[in-house]
Amino acid sequence: MDIAFLSSTMVTLLKAVPTSLILFFLSIFFGGLLALVIVSMRVSGNPILSGFAKGYIFVFRGSPLLIQMFLVFNGLAGFDFIRHSFLWLFLREPMFCAVFSLALCTAGYSAEIFRGGIRAVSPKEIEAARAIGMSGFLMVRRILAPIAFRHALPAYSTEIVLMMKSTALASLVTVWEVTGVAQRLISQTYRTMEVFLCAAIIYLVLNFIILQAMALLEYWLSRHRRAVPQALKA
Amino acid sequence: MATLELIGFGSTGWGAFLLLGALLTLCVTATALAIGAVLGAIIAAAKLSSNVVLVTTGHIYTTVFRGVPELLIIYLIYFGGSSAVTAIGQSMGYEGFLGLPSFAAGALAVGIISGAYQAEVYRGAYNAISKGELEAASAIGMHRGLRFRRIIIPQVLRLAIPGLGNVWQLSLKDSALISVTGLAELMRSSQVAAGSTRQYFLFYIVGGALYLILTSLSDRAFNGAERKANRSMPASAMGQA
Repeated sequence: MDIAFLSSTMVTLLKAVPTSLILFFLSIFFGGLLALVIVSMRVSGNPILSGFAKGYIFVFRGSPLLIQMFLVFNGLAGFDFIRHSFLWLFLREPMFCAVFSLALCTAGYSAEIFRGGIRAVSPKEIEAARAIGMSGFLMVRRILAPIAFRHALPAYSTEIVLMMKSTALASLVTVWEVTGVAQRLISQTYRTMEVFLCAAIIYLVLNFIILQAMALLEYWLSRHRRAVPQALKA
Repeated sequence: MATLELIGFGSTGWGAFLLLGALLTLCVTATALAIGAVLGAIIAAAKLSSNVVLVTTGHIYTTVFRGVPELLIIYLIYFGGSSAVTAIGQSMGYEGFLGLPSFAAGALAVGIISGAYQAEVYRGAYNAISKGELEAASAIGMHRGLRFRRIIIPQVLRLAIPGLGNVWQLSLKDSALISVTGLAELMRSSQVAAGSTRQYFLFYIVGGALYLILTSLSDRAFNGAERKANRSMPASAMGQA
């Protein structure tokens, strides 16, 4: 075991962690927003809107993320009208392309997860909210969204871990995140196993932290399910 | 129409090339699923056992292979495997670099990942078998092997179908990553066709559409298999599935 090499590799790879994290947070954020739009279309009851949402979910869940990413990165550049529009300012940046395709992809999966959460809200809770005169946005904000989010949380944490892993694909469109830097290190040192194992450890630690954070969030949000303190029992 | 000619089957068309890629994608995914089934069954058995070492090993396996990016695992198996093969070659007096065949390396990598997910599917299915059935089998004097073969295996397979469908879809999409090792599966063929014609958009759309056809057809196949496996089950028990 070459400790000196391993530690210098680790230092180099750790410098790429911020890029991975930026990819991760931006795509979770924009993907989450888009998923809210898609899921509201899906449950809207309007056949055109829900048809579009179904199509969106089918396309982005049914095809590999890599092909979607290459479509954005190489495919869109083939159109002259895109190259000559303001969009080109963004689309020529690999980082933008990576975040864009990651967000589009996770929106498809997250929309389905959120829909499951919404379906788990009991109609009685909606009725009760209506009965006390809550309507529209207030009901969504106070009743529907919190309950749906709580139900969706376990499945959503899995999706978030999948997203962390998916950021590795950005290396294939020349974004220098952890996997990309690992590959560059290997082409310089030819020490495949050591470098990739260091990268694997970094991802495992990141995913462990994400899962712990999600578990903590779940704990905070499930106060109602915890044991009632003895003093409060009637 | 130039576009139709490009994706068609004529002498200038890439249609046959792409379909061949789709076929290779199916082959590599099926091989991976088979490798994953063996690994998954072993890991599930380890996790269900009462031996602490086995349980921990199983736990580490599923955590590692579900937590590390698929791309990294494919690189590890492909490059790591190749250096191992080269080292063995050199010890036997063979000069130079020996590569692992990309089909084998890819199927192994996706299979190892799929095994981690399949282990959880089988474990869940085993836990869903009613304890009464196992007791009944013991009560009429079935020994362990017979009970395993007649009661546990058929039930686990039936209960595992929906989960296996998900794992298959995951592996189908993971197999696109094997393109980085140069295996001419669907992703790689789309890339080659796109690169040599400079029609990136067209060929990535066509490649993506072929993936959609593969995923929706296999979805239908798994739904059919689920119905068939459940045909002797009472309707009330099916309601929950």
